[in-house]
Amino acid sequence: MHRPTVRALTTGLAAVLLTSCSLTGGEATDPSTSAPDGGSSPAGEAGGTVVLATHESFNLPKKLVRAFEDETGYTLEVRAAGDAGTLATKLSLTADNPIADAAFGIDNTFASRPLGEGAFAEVATSTTPPEEYALPEGSDRLVAVDSASVCVNVDTAWFDAEGITPPQTLDDLTDPAYADLMVTPGASTSSPGMAFFLATVAEYGDDWQDYWTDLLANGAKVVDGWEDAYYGDFTAGSKTGTRPIVVSYDSSPAFTVADGETTTAALLDTCFRQVEYAGVLAGADNPEGAAALIDWMLTDEVQSALPEAMYVFPVMPGATVPDDWARFAPQPTDPYEVSPEEIAANREQWLTEWTDVISR
Amino acid sequence: MRRIAALLLLAAGPVLVLGVLFVLPVSGMLAEGFVVDGRLAPGAVIDVLARPRVHRVAWFTVWTSGTATLLAVVLGLPAAYALHRLSLPGRAAVRAALLVPFVLPTVVVGVAFRQLLGEGGPLGFLGLDGTPFAIVCGLVFFNVAVVVRTVGVAWESLDPRPGQAAAALGASPSQVLRTVTLPALRPAIVGAASIVFLFCATAFGIVLTLGGVRHATVETEIYLLTTTVFDLRAAAALSVLQIVVVVGLLALAARLRATPDPTAQRAVTPVRAVRRSDAPVVVATLLVLGAMLLPILTLVAGSLSVGDGWGLDNYRALTTAGDNQALLVPVTTALDTSLRTAVDATWMALLVGVLVSVIVTRRSHSVAERRVRSTLDGLFMLPLGVSAVTLGFGFLITLDQPPLDLRDSPLLVPMAQALVALPLVVRTLTPVLGGIDDRQRQAAASLGASAWRTLLTVDLPVVWKPMLAASGFAFAASLGEFGATSFLARDESPTLPVVIFRLIGHPGEMNYGMALAASVVLAVATAVVMLAVERLRVPGVGAF
Repeated sequence: MHRPTVRALTTGLAAVLLTSCSLTGGEATDPSTSAPDGGSSPAGEAGGTVVLATHESFNLPKKLVRAFEDETGYTLEVRAAGDAGTLATKLSLTADNPIADAAFGIDNTFASRPLGEGAFAEVATSTTPPEEYALPEGSDRLVAVDSASVCVNVDTAWFDAEGITPPQTLDDLTDPAYADLMVTPGASTSSPGMAFFLATVAEYGDDWQDYWTDLLANGAKVVDGWEDAYYGDFTAGSKTGTRPIVVSYDSSPAFTVADGETTTAALLDTCFRQVEYAGVLAGADNPEGAAALIDWMLTDEVQSALPEAMYVFPVMPGATVPDDWARFAPQPTDPYEVSPEEIAANREQWLTEWTDVISR
Repeated sequence: MRRIAALLLLAAGPVLVLGVLFVLPVSGMLAEGFVVDGRLAPGAVIDVLARPRVHRVAWFTVWTSGTATLLAVVLGLPAAYALHRLSLPGRAAVRAALLVPFVLPTVVVGVAFRQLLGEGGPLGFLGLDGTPFAIVCGLVFFNVAVVVRTVGVAWESLDPRPGQAAAALGASPSQVLRTVTLPALRPAIVGAASIVFLFCATAFGIVLTLGGVRHATVETEIYLLTTTVFDLRAAAALSVLQIVVVVGLLALAARLRATPDPTAQRAVTPVRAVRRSDAPVVVATLLVLGAMLLPILTLVAGSLSVGDGWGLDNYRALTTAGDNQALLVPVTTALDTSLRTAVDATWMALLVGVLVSVIVTRRSHSVAERRVRSTLDGLFMLPLGVSAVTLGFGFLITLDQPPLDLRDSPLLVPMAQALVALPLVVRTLTPVLGGIDDRQRQAAASLGASAWRTLLTVDLPVVWKPMLAASGFAFAASLGEFGATSFLARDESPTLPVVIFRLIGHPGEMNYGMALAASVVLAVATAVVMLAVERLRVPGVGAF
């Protein structure tokens, strides 16, 4: 490299560094970033900030958030960090001094923990999601917002090319015809992995250990996270992938569309449905704002935005889904179910036993 | 006694910082496990330690981390020598590039490693995927830079004359190495090794990704117990185990680190031309570099692959919010946030780190004083060895009341990162500061120099370059920090590693490509910043 070039580069970088020498920088921490534009903030009697605690996958279009702020006069502050389990633990540990006003992203596999610790207050919403999504216990405190089913996915293009009929059910997966073809994220390290495990518990009851033994004997591979399984091993997700069967979501086939056709399919008889809930935190500074936020999350606008923003299906009947989803990602009609109480009571034992089975 | 009192007064600031940001949160989280219904119940915690699974997990952690540390030292030493003492062409660039793995998000490297080692990958025939050996490889990949940098900096300031004298007296090169050079470098080597061990023992993402779910370490087990199972008692038990092991290790390291000859001179030696006899070292360095390059090349290739061909589409997409609006902010904005946060974390770590280094390296006049100094030294290493999960949740439950209501503060992220970077600063500076002959300071003082002037004329010229190296190191550590950051990052201003994690966690081919492209951008940004930092000079101290 030429000296002058290096010097120019160095000077330029030093300048960049020095100008950014503020305490974590100007606009990034400016509280006005999340305030409504135009300065015509109606914040007043009904105003104030609503703080939403959620997981890292939370995402909603900025336009909708601005509309919410303009309409209600509240300023929305989102604190998104960690996965769903981390969120549940955070809310449970801070039940006496909540970290936010509202929380979103507690799913049916984790709901009983924060509910048991008294983290949520009762909430009345102006609309109610269909009964099928409600929790058996705690439906007065947690309101369903979205749902996504974890299903076994198959690379139909691969099966067509090989001239093999793809599997249909959980039983099929232990068939030697599909030996060494499946990959799944682990139940102990991944939320979809846990959901798939729960599907097997719902299907086989106390015999799930035998099923997993057979599954592993048939060459199923267990990896850490969904991204490892999908991008590392799945033939339709990775160029070097060698396994055409993967545990993923019912919506995944909508993301493998080529020339107007999807190259993968979700096996709708293998699904476990995860429903995500929102609630007002007990002892919140702004409970009214939190309730207004939850009402807003149930509006058709927000519900219709969920698929593109968070890869989940809306729960409200008035919402619409994108064309690709409607065409290529049918939802299961009769997914497997395990009650949150049963999950909470057995999670530790199941995970210990499951880990033993897969480390054998 | 007066000296000790003065010492403690000087140390009060850093100790207070550590107390609030580390001791308080960790004890708060441990209390969640130890206190049942308002009563201290250690029995249940001790029961957990008797579980066979705990023993298995602890042993696995110790042996994988130990092996990885050993390998990192063995592979790092030749590179440290070649890159810091020989005038190899492009060595500044290589040194900067060596820090790249350090900042790469573990998720991305994990996937890159798996594409190499996996069933369909070019190295798939080795059958390493999911084995402990893959974990060790990953850990070495991430940590060789620590050895090269900390040892290299010490090597750079090592007086060559004792070695030359030994050679003149007839010692062979290997004898010089064994009897003169390595003993003089021991503090730096042991310091680097203990950092690497702590990093390995608390590694999280890489163990999960490369080891599959079959292999659990103490760190992954604490995470599982805290977030998934919510068994805080068992998590507390493992945290205590972790702390005990780490403290023991640090005590051992402190003993091994003691300089055999405290009057050894430190001076900055000019690099020398490469001779034929350097061939083995240079070849070894090139091999290490090659091995490190392989996963990075996989990553770069992935970022350039578009459909069936090649292109820059993934890079062009970085200014957008990704397929299906996967991101709240474009990657470019996240990079800006990352750089700003890293600047803050770096000055914080440097400020506290320099103070700590000066305190722990001053000559002790009594046994008690020496003990206080070495305790302080170890204390500031602890944050590296304690679970980020325990610390993170501890922040939430202990720093939630005024006057310490920090959990919503935007400064929490740089502070947490500074805590991780601090030991790197201390371990880079102490071998050099400790090697300055105290008689030089005394001479300066007797000639009428004030304490400040002594610091500026005696310490600063020697320590300036190591300080730059340390700040670059801290900067890189902060840029790449993911564990604490992802736990604390606020949504309006996510850092680049958090954004990359988000991209890779969402379906959509473009998102995966963008995650790889963003990682390459992060890597390049790091390398360029390192290069720039290393070129800064103290005006007036042009001796090197």
